[in-house]
Amino acid sequence: MTVLSLSKALNEGMRKAMEDDPKVLIMGEDVGKLGGVFRVTDGLQKDFGEDRVIDTPLAESGIIGTAIGLALRGYRPVCEIQFDGFVFPAADQIITQLAKMPMRSLGAIKLPVVVRIPCGGGIGAVEHHSESPEAYFTHTAGLRVVACSNPADAYTMIQQAIRSDDPVLFFEPKRRYWEKAEIDTTSTDWWTPLHAAKVVRPGAHVTLLAYGPMVKTCLEAAAAAEDDGRSLEVVDLRSLNPLDEPVVMDSVRRTGRVVVVHEAPVNSGFGAELAARITEQCFYHLEAPVLRVGGFSTPYPPSKLEEHYLPDLDRVLDAVDRTFGY
Amino acid sequence: MTVDASRGAEAPPELVQLLTPEGERVEHPDYDIDLTPEDVRSLYRDLVLVRRIDLEAVALQRQGELGIWASLLGQEAAQIGSGRALTDVDMAFPTYREHGVAWCRDVDPVKLLGLFRGVNHGGWDPKEHNFHLYTIVIGSQTLHAVGYAMGIQRDDATAATIVYFGDGATSQGDVNESFIWASVFNAPIVFFCQNNQWAISEPLEKQTRIPLYRRASGFGFPGIRVDGNDVFACLAVTRKALEAARTGQGPTLIEAFTYRMGAHTTTDDPTRYRVASELEAWKLKDPIERVKAYLFRNELADQAFFDSIEAEADQLGADLRRRCLAMPDPEPLDIFDHVYSEPHALIDRERAQFAAYLEGFER
Repeated sequence: MTVLSLSKALNEGMRKAMEDDPKVLIMGEDVGKLGGVFRVTDGLQKDFGEDRVIDTPLAESGIIGTAIGLALRGYRPVCEIQFDGFVFPAADQIITQLAKMPMRSLGAIKLPVVVRIPCGGGIGAVEHHSESPEAYFTHTAGLRVVACSNPADAYTMIQQAIRSDDPVLFFEPKRRYWEKAEIDTTSTDWWTPLHAAKVVRPGAHVTLLAYGPMVKTCLEAAAAAEDDGRSLEVVDLRSLNPLDEPVVMDSVRRTGRVVVVHEAPVNSGFGAELAARITEQCFYHLEAPVLRVGGFSTPYPPSKLEEHYLPDLDRVLDAVDRTFGY
Repeated sequence: MTVDASRGAEAPPELVQLLTPEGERVEHPDYDIDLTPEDVRSLYRDLVLVRRIDLEAVALQRQGELGIWASLLGQEAAQIGSGRALTDVDMAFPTYREHGVAWCRDVDPVKLLGLFRGVNHGGWDPKEHNFHLYTIVIGSQTLHAVGYAMGIQRDDATAATIVYFGDGATSQGDVNESFIWASVFNAPIVFFCQNNQWAISEPLEKQTRIPLYRRASGFGFPGIRVDGNDVFACLAVTRKALEAARTGQGPTLIEAFTYRMGAHTTTDDPTRYRVASELEAWKLKDPIERVKAYLFRNELADQAFFDSIEAEADQLGADLRRRCLAMPDPEPLDIFDHVYSEPHALIDRERAQFAAYLEGFER
């Protein structure tokens, strides 16, 4: 067992993928000598060279567009978008090209491109450095959208994403980069499928649905609720597209109450999709409406206000209380 | 302010030309070409056949058999000249108007029609022809081409990519980013801009204040303007640029100075935005007529040759029409195919639900 932070686990996962397959490339702004602004690619250029860990010009559309071309030539590029809010200049290439080219080719083309996006807030950053743009991409057919929440998943999921023949948008919870856990990197018994959700804490009374940075917040809320005699089940969705519906619906049918928690604005967020699907499939099992806890319908605020914007343990527990009010 | 990008009959001075509009062969110190009579007859044949494909497609659209068509009328020399410069290992990235380049890459023309008829989004295998799918978003493919060229570098292969785009695309961020990437990585790529003077209704003056080929110098690689209606010059200039790319000398921007004789697409009405005299001036520079004049002038072909090409074109047009009409509509459940290459639960469920819904009508 090795103790690794989430960022180091990603680094080790990419290193393993690069060792296993010479076609795997890393590309992005500052990913080489600097090792990325979060050091997630630290040391990779030193060990694999500038042709495989490519410091690119500063243009996000160019990163994704050229990654598509490299993939067409047989490579498996892993692109780093430096911060969530900077993915938008690349949105055209991601949405109109990366997502749709395989279908456009009637299956002749595969685009095994991973787009890594450090996402979410809580690190005191300036504007455009703390956003949660996942719903823009779950709305786009042709992309797989996943989010890791802990070091062990980070290590395995990044390798699975790189092995996937489909384009994968890989959301990394930047405020959890420094959290550590024990990982058995020698084990071969870690192959939970990339699309699979996990019940990370079993419970009986309420299901908390979360992904990425909010999984830890929900686990803390569940621990606190236990003191009040409430048993909260926490499901880490891990994959948003496709959604692992059997795991989600099974949990909802057992508890009858659901709170969805994410950092992104609630309005038209991924929680709305979850609420709709749960209502369609579990209507007669529900004791209360599906409640959502998330960001407000405002731009992400200046960092001195972000503690109010971001869902925390108290807002999650408040929603849990409200589900019992019905 | 003076704009050195005239659209009139006067050729700008920087233009590389090897064959005048009157069919006279001229020399150029940097771009000479040695063509056998058979080569010239073969180029002529391609020009005529591609024009026929295009005219037939326009007719099919007018008859409601295609939803839309982007005509290449007037741009045949730019496409056949550059397309014939490619070798088998080179990769071409087109827009949606490169029917002539597709012809040079042996893509069955009926497959081009599938996209415009609405039966698919592009029905050929790019790897089979080294001819990528048509790209509708303006300029996106320039970045794909540079990435592909970076792959060639990593493979240590002796090959190049060529990417096609129009004058309007030069305003796009992606095109400018592709210039930067190509330059910084010294990628083996040729940027082939067909400046046909109009981006739908926007004239060149709305895209640039300098001749487009001169943009290259700002990015750090050579740019050259070629007479886009001169198939000899287009072939010579592209051949040289591709050779430079293959031998590690990096990118070149070629501006093929030409003219879109028809509409942007069949939904467009050019009489709203351009004057008839402009069209008349460009008719005198027709890419096919000048090769015909050259063949006549040098007694390299007789009337029987021209008649045989015409007959071949007639047959090609009729065959294309027949096969277009015979193209089957896709099946409803095809909607769900090829969205992902690996199983996807949501797609699978929606497919099953829609299949059940459709079956409900058949009971």
